[in-house]
Amino acid sequence: MGSAVMSETVIPYTADERPDTGFDNVHLGLWLFLASEVMLFGALLSGYILLRFGSAEWPRGADYGLSVSLATVNTLILLVSSVTIVLARKALERGALERFRLHMGVTILAGLGFLAIKGFEYWSKFDQQLYPSTDNFLALYFTLTGIHVLHVVGGLAVHGYLWGPGLALWHARPRQCVNRVAAAGLYWHFVDLVWIVLFVVFYWL
Amino acid sequence: MADELPFWRRYVFSVDHKVIGIQYAITGLVFLFIGFCLMMLMRWNLAFPGEVLPILGNLLGESRMPDGRMSPDFYNQLGAMHGTIMVFLGVVPLAVGGFGNFVVPLQIGAPDMAFPRMNMLSYWTYFLGGVIMFVSCFLPDGPAQSGWTSYPPLAVIAPDGQTWWLVGLLVLILSSLLGSVNFITTIIQLRAEGLTFFRLPFFVWSQLVTSFLLLLAFPPLQAASIFQLMDRLAGTSFFMPDGLIFSGEMSTLAGGGSPILWQHLFWFLAHPEVYVLVLPAMGIVAEVIANNTRKPLWGYRSMVYASIFLGFMSFLVWAHHMYFTGMGTAMSAFFQVTTMIISIPSMIILTALLLSLWGGSIRFTTPMLFALAFLPMFGVGGLTGLPLGLTASDIFLHDTYYVIGHFHYVVAPGTLFALFAGIYHWYPKATGRRMDERLGKWHFWPSLLFMNGIFFPMLIQGLAGMQRRLYDGGAVYGYTQEVIHWHKVISFSAWGLAIAQIPFVLNFFLSLRRPKDAGDNPWQATTLEWAAPSPPPHGNFPVAPVVHRGPYEYSHPDHSADHWPQWVRP
Repeated sequence: MGSAVMSETVIPYTADERPDTGFDNVHLGLWLFLASEVMLFGALLSGYILLRFGSAEWPRGADYGLSVSLATVNTLILLVSSVTIVLARKALERGALERFRLHMGVTILAGLGFLAIKGFEYWSKFDQQLYPSTDNFLALYFTLTGIHVLHVVGGLAVHGYLWGPGLALWHARPRQCVNRVAAAGLYWHFVDLVWIVLFVVFYWL
Repeated sequence: MADELPFWRRYVFSVDHKVIGIQYAITGLVFLFIGFCLMMLMRWNLAFPGEVLPILGNLLGESRMPDGRMSPDFYNQLGAMHGTIMVFLGVVPLAVGGFGNFVVPLQIGAPDMAFPRMNMLSYWTYFLGGVIMFVSCFLPDGPAQSGWTSYPPLAVIAPDGQTWWLVGLLVLILSSLLGSVNFITTIIQLRAEGLTFFRLPFFVWSQLVTSFLLLLAFPPLQAASIFQLMDRLAGTSFFMPDGLIFSGEMSTLAGGGSPILWQHLFWFLAHPEVYVLVLPAMGIVAEVIANNTRKPLWGYRSMVYASIFLGFMSFLVWAHHMYFTGMGTAMSAFFQVTTMIISIPSMIILTALLLSLWGGSIRFTTPMLFALAFLPMFGVGGLTGLPLGLTASDIFLHDTYYVIGHFHYVVAPGTLFALFAGIYHWYPKATGRRMDERLGKWHFWPSLLFMNGIFFPMLIQGLAGMQRRLYDGGAVYGYTQEVIHWHKVISFSAWGLAIAQIPFVLNFFLSLRRPKDAGDNPWQATTLEWAAPSPPPHGNFPVAPVVHRGPYEYSHPDHSADHWPQWVRP
């Protein structure tokens, strides 16, 4: 997107904090977005609660062969990627671009690894003739984890942009570029957190 | 320079909040017109059930109007799309996307929205959602036909139009999310120097609260739409209970779902949505009333606190739409109490606006006439809502024409009149030209008459027990016979209302050819948008304004002129 063409209308506080609110625009916008996301996953989980407590019996994840060990590996992968994205931001703050690329690259690879394992899990369920239409446990499992997967994919698209073409902004406006990476990181932590909730809900409870 | 941008960057894919606001407003007005046309078609069959519709009857096709007579399915489709279009594609985009975008950055003295490109994306996402909804009307089996509420199980087994409806809605929710994040960030971050929160015009407050409602209330409907899409496309049973029988055959679905879950998630959005429809309207009316009474608003701070409380409470009243679902007396009692509580802040705002008139030297301009009419019309809408919030009286009134009369009084002669007031009020800012006062009055008086001709008889019919959503308007029932003749009055009023909009359309376009002589501040107003040139250039203010006082310093005893603008040095 040609940000240079936007020229003379300068929007204040895109990179710096406004003193009386203590926020820059990007962080405030991202926190608001996350508030909305909390409502989305809150509503999805309230659907889970209503359907589960409205039914006479409710299967466990193990009944359908949901593997706690695979999910634990996936949880660790996401946790590692949450650490590396913080390291990526720190590297960019120092101006160590190669370091940034390394850490961001690891984050992206971790995200892809998560998707690969998730894809294997989905495929093995389909292989056992277990579909969203089988019952409401599986309907919720596929829908909620599916929406989470979409969030991972969206996050990876942003990370990929920041790793590649988005880094050009660093040379023009370094603070704003760091801000974007920080925002991507906050979002990524949230995606991480959602996965941990889903992990507990579908594999353990 | 902005002037060097090519046409499509200036007027089509523009990032300027004013252009985007006007795009939103015009698209919204077009959808309001489309939604109005759908309703006028329905009104034909209600006034003359089963009779041949002249001319149009044959043009609409054999599947919709066999032999020129309306089919029941077509009636249902018109009803569903009328509601959907009016709420999601008409009023909200005009009130929030249109007025919010155009006015808010100007009123807070900002050069633009906080995220200009996201703002553009928000408009084009809305446009895409609108196109999906509109195109679905031309599917072989027609568009959605399960009402704007899309209750399962019927909505789940409805033809393909329902899938388009859900996809369109998801796109519109995305647009609304982008918009609300942008509005809140803009209002919090981009206020001009000296513009503290309690110096914000009430309109900005109303948009701030509205944005929070959109931000937090829409995601549950997003979740519900995803669930319903899964039910339709992947064969899940989120909303499909055990033991369903379709056309005499046992359902093969897994079952175990709950149709009530949809209702909870839907109304968790749709009740705050009512306040999304009303709050910006109150904001516009507040601006117009302060300006035309030449007085400060009475109880500005109480109005601000009331609107915040209103926004908070609006998340706690949703199930008063669901007294009939058998959710239990404890739940009903809770929602009955919260519903009575939420009427208090609405009435505080309305009372404050009414008291603001006291002792003012009122200018009866066209915007002021619409704003004045808003007060009693919204009052009727609000007061007729109280019996619906109490379980005992709701048992009788639920799903009758009384309900339709009630919420249309809130939204049509209420919100729509406020939106018209806003158009007449800010048109000089957007174009540099005034609208014609005489045409404005020819627009106002017949509109007021016909609005009441449409909606008051509905209250009478509803009190007589006439149900809504009847394709023949209840002609086959004995108990409706005493009030059924009102259908003709309503229908002719609706068609009259269409004619009454002609002066508005003429005024809107003909005024564009008048001389650009409105000046920066044609209404002698005090808020910051009138400090900018008319129309404001890209970037809005030649010099960033500094605010020295509250938003409505009219007739100040320490000041010689009758208005003391926020930007004038002491």
